[in-house]
Amino acid sequence: MSRPSIFRIAAWPWLLGTLAVLAVGFHKAIFVAPTEATMGDVQRIFYYHVPSAVMGLLFPYVNFIAALAYLFWRRRDPLKALAADALALAAAEVTVVFVSIGLLTGMLWGRAAWGIWWTWDARLSTYLLLWLLYVSYLLLRRFSSTGESHTLSAVLSVFAAVDVPIVYMSIRWWRTQHPSPVFGDGGSLDPSMWPAFLWNLGGWFLWGVFILAFRYALERRRQIADQENALRAIEASLEIPQ
Amino acid sequence: MNYFGHVLNHLRKDLRLEWRSRDAINGMLFFALLVVVVFSLAFDPTAAVSRQISGGILWVALLFAAVTALNQSWTREQSNQVLEAQRMSPAPASALFLAKALANLIFVLIVEVVLAPVFVIFYNLHVLGNAWLLALILPLGTWALVVNGTFFAALGLRTRNRELLLPLVLLPVSLPALLEMVQATTGVLTAELDPLQINTWITQLAGYDIIFTIVCLLLFDTVLNAE
Repeated sequence: MSRPSIFRIAAWPWLLGTLAVLAVGFHKAIFVAPTEATMGDVQRIFYYHVPSAVMGLLFPYVNFIAALAYLFWRRRDPLKALAADALALAAAEVTVVFVSIGLLTGMLWGRAAWGIWWTWDARLSTYLLLWLLYVSYLLLRRFSSTGESHTLSAVLSVFAAVDVPIVYMSIRWWRTQHPSPVFGDGGSLDPSMWPAFLWNLGGWFLWGVFILAFRYALERRRQIADQENALRAIEASLEIPQ
Repeated sequence: MNYFGHVLNHLRKDLRLEWRSRDAINGMLFFALLVVVVFSLAFDPTAAVSRQISGGILWVALLFAAVTALNQSWTREQSNQVLEAQRMSPAPASALFLAKALANLIFVLIVEVVLAPVFVIFYNLHVLGNAWLLALILPLGTWALVVNGTFFAALGLRTRNRELLLPLVLLPVSLPALLEMVQATTGVLTAELDPLQINTWITQLAGYDIIFTIVCLLLFDTVLNAE
């Protein structure tokens, strides 16, 4: 039980640091960064939309690597495998949260900037597919019994990781067939906007890692409680007088 | 016995089982027919419109029909603990999977052959492009649906809500393949796409098939022996 205590010691400074960075990011994004020329203040959602979107693309890798680690350790070292599985679950949940925020803030921005909530643009469609894949991952975990949900979800995680690049390629090809207005942040970001963006990117990264570690620790506790219960049940069954 | 022999044996067993019951093919055929009729009534398309949408409707009908049959294809193995015996046998697990997927491919292809004339009649279809390309697109697209579908049906075998879980897991992973096959089919039916573009769609579909066949074969052993 030494690792949870390390988490506990690091958790408070980490959380306070994260909140401080997010506060600086908020200040820079709302008060310091210049107003965008064509979109006006609406553009400030950029400082929250893009970091969330980037985090939504980052945490699937954590999930994929943890799933591979689980499959590797499954037979060799079951205790490490359980830890990898807890990490995979935590990463998948954080992914769904960030991708959901990315989609929602994107819709709000799209409504204000383009006049539409949604368009089947390559980037948007791919992102929605990413969301669907990880929601189906969480559903599979919910539906499968505890004994095998680790393996099944690790397998699905590999499928999701293989699928995303294919989705991206095929949808991009599809959308270049029907030319649509070029969306996204296309072009370069003004140098005066970089600090606000980077502070928020860092802040949301720290926040994501914090939630990931928190959820991981929670899942580990649940696993350990399960193991202790199972052990107690076995011991109780042995104590029955013959 | 070599790998190919194992696959052939499993395949023969699956075909014989289906020949004796004909559950999967009959069920899929009627289901797909119903979807075609329902879409026809719902949209009431003209000849030009039906050419535009029938590629999508064909694949949606086949996808849903295949999902209904795929769940059953593993249930057969569960009676009398046949699946446990398969796990203990020295034959490679992926041979079992490959044969099951091939059997499902054959069943869905039979459904397609029967369904195609019905489709042409109900939607007043007149193919404007290279009709023979469909002979390439249909097997490739069907394999894309069936290989992942068979895999995920095995994956959901011991879960709760098995019937519900299969489409929930299969559809998101299949969406790029669905996009590719629908685009290629519609391109052939309407002759609006450049042949080069249709070729690219077919190549992408073949790439999807190859990638996911490999992933399925590599991971099937893990899924079968997930305790």
